Amino acid sequence: MYPDEFEYHSADSVESAVSLLAENPEAELIAGGHSLLPTMKSGLASPDALVDISGVDGLEGVERDGDSTRIGAMTTYAEVADDDQFWEDATVVAETAGEIGDRQVRNRGTVGGNIAHADPASDLPGAMLAADATVHVHGPDGGVEVPHEDGDTASGYVKKPSPSSGYAMVGVAARLTLDGDSVADARVAANGVMDHGTRLSGAEDALEDETLDADAVEAAGAAAGDDLDEYMVMEDQQASAEFRLQLLSVYTERALEKVGERAGAL
Amino acid sequence: MERDITLTVNGTEHELSVEPRTLLIHALRDEMGYTGPNVGCESSTCGTCTVHVDGKAVKACTELAVRAEGSEITTIEALNEDGELHPLQESFQEEHGLQCGYCTPGMVMTAAEFLEEEPDPDREEIREALEGNLCRCTGYQNIVNAVETGAEKMRTETAADGGTVEGGD
Repeated sequence: MYPDEFEYHSADSVESAVSLLAENPEAELIAGGHSLLPTMKSGLASPDALVDISGVDGLEGVERDGDSTRIGAMTTYAEVADDDQFWEDATVVAETAGEIGDRQVRNRGTVGGNIAHADPASDLPGAMLAADATVHVHGPDGGVEVPHEDGDTASGYVKKPSPSSGYAMVGVAARLTLDGDSVADARVAANGVMDHGTRLSGAEDALEDETLDADAVEAAGAAAGDDLDEYMVMEDQQASAEFRLQLLSVYTERALEKVGERAGAL
Repeated sequence: MERDITLTVNGTEHELSVEPRTLLIHALRDEMGYTGPNVGCESSTCGTCTVHVDGKAVKACTELAVRAEGSEITTIEALNEDGELHPLQESFQEEHGLQCGYCTPGMVMTAAEFLEEEPDPDREEIREALEGNLCRCTGYQNIVNAVETGAEKMRTETAADGGTVEGGD
């Protein structure tokens, strides 16, 4: 499998990447290339030009700034998943990064590329929604900013991976803030169900102000798909929409059980 | 349009001219003759093309040669020293960690990087580390045995060299 021919431009700064993109409107950005190159090799994408940002200094790495962590666009999944402090500060993001692909993919694939590519079956979008992350798209400081969890907050991620690709057939990320036994704030989000990472307001509403126990978890699982447009739910050879919604309930429960245990409530 | 690039493979600099779409695995095998890493699935799944790029295990079918310029690339060819097999290569032989052998270069390269990071893994951790390397012959049991034995040999060597081993003193 060979990609079609393309022009290759290597950017040496964010500014030069931005101007190369402006000069080549059909160009694609390449970061780690672990979503883009497979689609180019299989012929699903044939961009006229690539603008490579792997040579841009300062886009890689994790930086802590008070209440939040900033992930440079070129930071690999492995850097996030292997970072012990990240597990403390924003568990759901670190846990999810460690679930992506396999060891080699995590060594090369990048957080920025993953989010920009926005594959509906990808793992990070749901995790970033649950973590209340901010994506910085423009300017010399591009990256993702993830707020830290305080002592009353816990988070986590579970997924049903596709047996062939490892992508999420359904993945659920959750972050709960507790006030005593009751849920003060719930952020629950899913991958693989809609054509983009999606907040599950049905599950969130079912949890808020409730005591976090087995009944609340079951009710949230049952309500997980409530606010989703059913005709928009993904359907492919791996799973019907109906089956995906069933998985969504089960995996919402599992995510909440995991987070509840981490919070010491279950 | 071809581009002139310089790639450093196993410590040797190679000057070559490649199209931007040339994958690293094809540059290694077809342009420079490093046929240790194999071409398998070509879709980032099977891992037999695994090499180290700046010390990290990477699937060479999912990287462009032009993007590897300036990096240190290591292939399975460089794993043995002065004709002596690497402890992992020895253990794959002793534990029958292969049948047809096609996946083995990737298995060994992934395991070698993993053991740098985790010198004393349990069997579950070994299986997880090799998630991105597929074998269609062995059923994996002997591969896990081989990595376990290789890890032990490497710890013994490190200790003999006067290095410290996790848990040792």
